[in-house]
Amino acid sequence: MTETAAIPTDVHEVEPGPMHGHVTATGISNEKLAMWGFLGSECLLFGGLISTFLLYKTRAAGGETPHELYDIAFTSISSFVLLMSSLTMVLAVSAIARGDNRATRTWLATTALLGTVFISGQVYEFTEFLNEGYGYTHSPAWSAFYTLTGFHGVHVTLGIIMLLSLLALSLRGRITHDNAEAVEIVGLYWHFVDVVWILIFTVVYLIK
Amino acid sequence: MTSATADVATHDEGHAHPTDKMFVKTAVALAVITAVEVAWSYLPWGEGFAAQAAEIGGLLAMMAVKFVVVASIFMHLRFDKKILSWLFYGGLILAVAVYCAALATFEFFTGSNPPYVG
Repeated sequence: MTETAAIPTDVHEVEPGPMHGHVTATGISNEKLAMWGFLGSECLLFGGLISTFLLYKTRAAGGETPHELYDIAFTSISSFVLLMSSLTMVLAVSAIARGDNRATRTWLATTALLGTVFISGQVYEFTEFLNEGYGYTHSPAWSAFYTLTGFHGVHVTLGIIMLLSLLALSLRGRITHDNAEAVEIVGLYWHFVDVVWILIFTVVYLIK
Repeated sequence: MTSATADVATHDEGHAHPTDKMFVKTAVALAVITAVEVAWSYLPWGEGFAAQAAEIGGLLAMMAVKFVVVASIFMHLRFDKKILSWLFYGGLILAVAVYCAALATFEFFTGSNPPYVG
């Protein structure tokens, strides 16, 4: 049986109350504003990591550069998986806004699964590079590559943990239409992880 | 009021928000752009400045479109309060400006290999 609340209210219009913090001057909850501020600062973090990679990507100490070993077809599929996880995430936010708890759980679980597939692909890619003899300390190029993609992988992993936490809370009845903003805030983080990968995929993998 | 068929529904209060159908269409568009990006990178562009500018410029343009689409539609920036767009794009523009300046300092854009880089 589908658990659907009777009030189809948009998640962005949830009135302030005990579960949504208090009324603010901006009309945006403190939690949501904090997440956006955090994401703005994350732009600086990943900007630094991408710049460092660009600076060092040809410094492979006489060995092959990361670009010579990329499997673009494989990474393209990983990128597609992460892109689709953004769709399932936004469908979870949409479902909780409608009060459809069952659909919310389904989409949250699907998003976590797609994120896990992406991380598995990254672990496979790293293992392949390590088997070729290119570890973290091989050269500046490889250090910069592992630092950038590894940091992104850690962010995806944290996102998966947040999604599974939301799923567990939902199963215990603690995530409902009344506190739908929690799903939206985790969704913002997840979409940010996706947009960072959009940058990494083009700048690091596709541009030679 | 929420429409089952329209891409953007409008509530009685006049606040518009995208529907699930629009999210699916957006995801399909993003997948198509990604496929074009990959195909673009495999094209035989040659060595000249114009060819490299077309290759890299095209890839960066498609990347920027994907970025803005995800931020606007999936992250709801297009439909949310403007202060959030200022916060996010402000951080982004600041980051791009700071790191372009840093890369220029290291002569990244001239294609030279200064010995002090490492």
